[in-house]
Amino acid sequence: MARPADIEYKGTQLLVVRAFVFLSLAFGLRYLQWRWMNSLNMAQWWVSVPLVVAETYAMIDGFLFGMTVWRSGHRRKVEPLARPATVDVLITTYNEPIDLVMETARAALRIKYPHATYILDDGARDELAELAQLEGVGYITRSEEWVDRPLHAKAGNLNNALMVTSGEFLLILDSDQVPDENILDKTLGYFADDKVALVQTPQHFWNVTRSDPLGTQATLFYGPIMRGKDGWNSAFFCGSNAVLRREALMQLALTGYVHDVAAVLKSNLRGARRVLARARHQAPDSASIDTSLAQIDEAIEEVRSATRRGVSLAEATLQFQRRVNLISREAIHRDLQEIRRDLEEIGDDSGVADALMRLGPDDAVVDELAQLEASPLGSLSALMEMVASLDVNRAHESQPLMPLAIISITEDMATAMRLHALGWKSVYHDEILANGLAPEDLGSALQQRLRWAQGTLQVMLRENPLAKRGLSFAQRLMYFATMWNYLSGFATLIFAATPMAYLLFDVRPVHAYSVTFLSHLVPYLLFNQLMFVVVSRKIPTWRGQQYSFALFPLWIRATFTTVANVYFDRQLSFIVTPKSRARTSRAQMLKVVWPQLVTISLLVLSTIVGVIKLLAHAAPSVEGVWLNVVWVALDVLLISVVIQAAGYRGFEVAAP
Amino acid sequence: MTSFATETIGTTLVVRPLGRLDLVSAPQLRDIIASSVANGIVGVVVDLHGVDFMDSSGLGAMINGLKATRQAGGNLRIARPAQQALVVLDLTMMQQILHPYASVEEAIAAP
Repeated sequence: MARPADIEYKGTQLLVVRAFVFLSLAFGLRYLQWRWMNSLNMAQWWVSVPLVVAETYAMIDGFLFGMTVWRSGHRRKVEPLARPATVDVLITTYNEPIDLVMETARAALRIKYPHATYILDDGARDELAELAQLEGVGYITRSEEWVDRPLHAKAGNLNNALMVTSGEFLLILDSDQVPDENILDKTLGYFADDKVALVQTPQHFWNVTRSDPLGTQATLFYGPIMRGKDGWNSAFFCGSNAVLRREALMQLALTGYVHDVAAVLKSNLRGARRVLARARHQAPDSASIDTSLAQIDEAIEEVRSATRRGVSLAEATLQFQRRVNLISREAIHRDLQEIRRDLEEIGDDSGVADALMRLGPDDAVVDELAQLEASPLGSLSALMEMVASLDVNRAHESQPLMPLAIISITEDMATAMRLHALGWKSVYHDEILANGLAPEDLGSALQQRLRWAQGTLQVMLRENPLAKRGLSFAQRLMYFATMWNYLSGFATLIFAATPMAYLLFDVRPVHAYSVTFLSHLVPYLLFNQLMFVVVSRKIPTWRGQQYSFALFPLWIRATFTTVANVYFDRQLSFIVTPKSRARTSRAQMLKVVWPQLVTISLLVLSTIVGVIKLLAHAAPSVEGVWLNVVWVALDVLLISVVIQAAGYRGFEVAAP
Repeated sequence: MTSFATETIGTTLVVRPLGRLDLVSAPQLRDIIASSVANGIVGVVVDLHGVDFMDSSGLGAMINGLKATRQAGGNLRIARPAQQALVVLDLTMMQQILHPYASVEEAIAAP
């Protein structure tokens, strides 16, 4: 893939990064090759194999990281857009405090470039509506089409607003992200390239101290990683502080609509026979219903043959729906005539029989009954559902067009991936142009991470980038890198359990904890850490490394719940991150961090046992014990961040 | 500036946008179709002959109209797209769903 012409890969800095990426990967491969070929202690394969698999996982993760930062350049300053453009600023909110939303809205009004500002209130709060009107901000809530249909959270909120606004570009802001007045002037210029669909800027949180106890300031991500992804034309939408091109989103909505309608129709036509057979089985014994079912069977066959002949889906399904409507009326008419005959037989003279006699299948009464689904077929709900689905109006959704992807609770990444697959480009503009609020207690910080992990894994399972048509090879790997990263919980569990197994039970994953072992491992670890140092330079990354390790129970939970959601249709709760300070009690904290507490306790316990064995000359090898003690210390150092964070009580503004 | 001419032929509303059917004029088309459906005229034909430029929002307004009319027991058809509009239909693979009729009469008369 050609690299974007407008990105500079400046001199020595990037050269040094690449050198360390290369060295780290080279030593990594050397280590891993030795591990697989020469070191495995197969007598205790049940520890050796999991460990070497976990190490391979980490190596792949390292490779993907290295590939990302390989192109971590800097964008050249962009010229302002030469032509005038219309822009909508969309502020999404659900339940955040009204003051907070209004502060963002006021800042949005102050953006210099001409634009229209809207608050998208999924909470439909009257007070917010009034304030918005008072201060001249547009106010949008869901249209009535959304009643009793899936709401799709933030994606639904934006999709709803896209249908009633018309700006050429959309600046999307979370309700806590206060924008800089120059945000549009600095980002719109990139859209001079007609293929650019998205310009993402960093998410920065002002309420985070330098030590960042909750690890919410994603400096590595909104730095070398996003710049690297940008180098591979894979920078993705992160939900806020981004400008999007309406045309690209609408094109996505249209192709998505065509794809979905065709796919649903195809699968329903395939399953139609089964549904009909079951309906025949369930239906009461009646010649009339048998007739109707046979007619529906024929009608479905006609749709099949029409689509094979290349008749458009709107036309084929129109004929089908009309035919089913007729079949349904005829069934009602037959029923009514049956009632008439019964009445005549018992000699009823109320005149009802005469009235029924005069009813034809086209009569308004019959029509009304058919509308009410009062036809005898109405009770066969699975059948009626299947019949209704053979249409082009996406009846189960509020609106046919869904510009933002609804396959995941992280709609942003899924949407960007689809844009890239359609051939659109994205830009990462690495300059803080909005300031937001990070969660202020561990509970909500973890909730946020869980949601990101679940959403990302949903995309991986539903639309795997490795198999996604339209993406370049590098783009596939860039999206996959983010997903792969969230699988780390299992590897971490193994990295914590292996030294315990040695110290407690003398179980070894390698033949020997020897000099050979160290001569392979140490250069790899050393250069891997050095790579991090040169990549991040002044950016603190230790906190991020700690959290990505320490949150292993959360990552594992995310994996299981997402698999249950995607394959077994279990509910994934969508929890909006609380933006105001939530005081969390000690007991609640314990509930959140108990897996880490248990792990640390076990690690400490195994160290004590190991050292006692050493002193009693019962240890298998002195080097082995010391090496594993160092390993345990590292594990504890990484995991302990969560315990410290549990006591964090939020950001305090320093007294002047 | 895009203008919309409308004409009721039999039980069908024929809408004729003139100029650009894009993100600026799409909401207008959407409103025209919505009020037609509200008034009980659920058969709509959009005559694209006078459209010299159509974008995804313009096509989107027609898909919204297709859903609105179909849910009310009617239908929406399109007729006489120019070359540029055909490109948009192809790009989004919309021809799988919507058949562009060669004339308004055909679109009205089709079963």
